[in-house]
Amino acid sequence: MTLLRLANVEANYGAVRALRGISISVAEGAIVCLLGANGAGKSTTLKAISGVVRPSAGTIEFDGKLLNGMSPTHIVGLGVAQVPEGRKIFKDLTVIENLQMGAYVRKDARGIAADLDFVFHLFPRLKERTRQLGGTLSGGEQQMLAIGRGLMAKPRLLLLDEPSLGLAPILIADIFNALRQINKEHGTTLLIVEQNAHVALKNANFGYVLQVGQVAVEGSAEELRRRKEVVESYLGSSEQTPARAAS
Amino acid sequence: MHRKTKKVGTASPGRRVLLGQQIISGLASGSLYALTAVAVVVVFRNTRTINLAQGDFAMVGAFLAMVLIKDMHLNYYLALAAVVVACILLGILTERIVMRPIADSDWLTLFTATLGVYYILHGVAGWVWGRDTKAFPVTFDPTPINFAGTIVSQGHLINMGWAIAIGLVLYVFFKYTKQGIAMRAVTDDPDTAQLMGIPVRFIVLLTWGMAGFLAAFAGVLLSPIVYVSPEMMDQVLIKGYVAAVFGGLYSIQGAIIGALMIGVAENLAGGYLGAHYKTATAFAMIVLLLTFRPQGLFGIQKRREI
Ligand SMILES: Nc1ncnc2c1ncn2[C@@H]1O[C@H](COP(=O)(O)OP(=O)(O)OP(=O)(O)O)[C@@H](O)[C@H]1O
Ligand SMILES: [Mg+2]
Repeated sequence: MTLLRLANVEANYGAVRALRGISISVAEGAIVCLLGANGAGKSTTLKAISGVVRPSAGTIEFDGKLLNGMSPTHIVGLGVAQVPEGRKIFKDLTVIENLQMGAYVRKDARGIAADLDFVFHLFPRLKERTRQLGGTLSGGEQQMLAIGRGLMAKPRLLLLDEPSLGLAPILIADIFNALRQINKEHGTTLLIVEQNAHVALKNANFGYVLQVGQVAVEGSAEELRRRKEVVESYLGSSEQTPARAAS
Repeated sequence: MHRKTKKVGTASPGRRVLLGQQIISGLASGSLYALTAVAVVVVFRNTRTINLAQGDFAMVGAFLAMVLIKDMHLNYYLALAAVVVACILLGILTERIVMRPIADSDWLTLFTATLGVYYILHGVAGWVWGRDTKAFPVTFDPTPINFAGTIVSQGHLINMGWAIAIGLVLYVFFKYTKQGIAMRAVTDDPDTAQLMGIPVRFIVLLTWGMAGFLAAFAGVLLSPIVYVSPEMMDQVLIKGYVAAVFGGLYSIQGAIIGALMIGVAENLAGGYLGAHYKTATAFAMIVLLLTFRPQGLFGIQKRREI
């Protein structure tokens, strides 16, 4: 079953046309990755899904409901949470307060406590640091906290924007192991934006490659792994991209 | 108090008593300035608005309290409760009607809008209640009492007690309640707060409600000291603002410490240099502060450009 479907979504920042008709769909229970060079529109796609950027055209449907025009609060309440690019931990809030803010839209105290246990089971390092300020955590711990905060919303769909950004390879492996565990144990559907195509395609079922606001390539992760050169031709710096894509 | 002032300058115990008195009454005024300073900080850090109308929320509250107590003979505490509700509504209405439509503007536009609210409230108060200064009914026993070896007015102790109680309420709110933590999250990063589903506009509304709540106490508690008039809060607002700058317009603790310092410093200056040095002291302090530590006394970095 398709959980999320974007059809011909366009979005602008003033005169900048960031999305130029994106169509993607994400099946329930899947891990889907969204690849693309800097500025391709990956973050904008996730922001449009979360309702913080308003699409100027096209439709975004989640679980059969149209998300266009809905408030971010409403969208999180429906079960779509985001782990933003650069982690965006609340620096002056403690670890536990950051996690509580992830659950802001919820009222089921018992469910919140259970999910807190799951987050601590997934990332025991956070449990040792509940009273520490978010801003004092290491990069890897902040990424764990950002993912934990996203999980506290009890999402059916978790959007992750470059979870590997700035992390050492060993930590990247840890993070992706945790993501697979979330997917398997909670059945949470994942839409992961990545620049690290290798890691993303190793962990995902399906992938899309964006280029200047449009989908350039799509396919199963297996297929994209086979067509590695084609995928990579779209991922270089934006100046290189056209020349290499043409070859 | 009168008994004691005669002794001033003669014996050294008298001097010490006077110093103690001046510090305590300085802390008492400082704790009332803190109510305004904290309100300036919470509104600024969540909305980038330097709220010039903060003093006038309190002024409207003071007039209301006077009408309720003097003309309608309402019990002091009931009147205070009514004023708290009214001032919270005034804060919320200011947000909904004036500030929300221009919320995305630059800081100067926001600042100017609050200047507009300031003049409107001054004008309305003068028109409804008159421009002359009115005495506020004194509700506490005016006889000074002996407190830890110094003679102090009961009013000062009562005011400090209120300020401490309000400080505790704010502490619990910010530390232990969901909306209080969300308010801090919005301070930290409004965009991410919104992404987490925190209704940022509602939190901003709460922030203005909190400004009204603090104004109610500032107005009612200051009334017996500064008397009631449309201009009654003008100087207090300036001192509250200076105290807020001490906390880098960001730290509540910094603003409270700044307010207490201003209260004590101006009282000492008033006592030893002469009454007309009182207000100048607050200005001298801000000039020194901005010259040597423009980021605030407590080293808080402002992470959002204004
Ligand atoms: N707030 C903004 N204002 C103006 N333009 C923006 C804004 N955010 C993004 N853009 C522009 O929109 C386009 C898409 O940006 P987006 O952030 O979605 O890219 P991205 O694929 O996430 O890139 P990166 O890999 O660098 O994170 C870019 O050209 C970018 O410069
Ligand atoms: Mg991005």
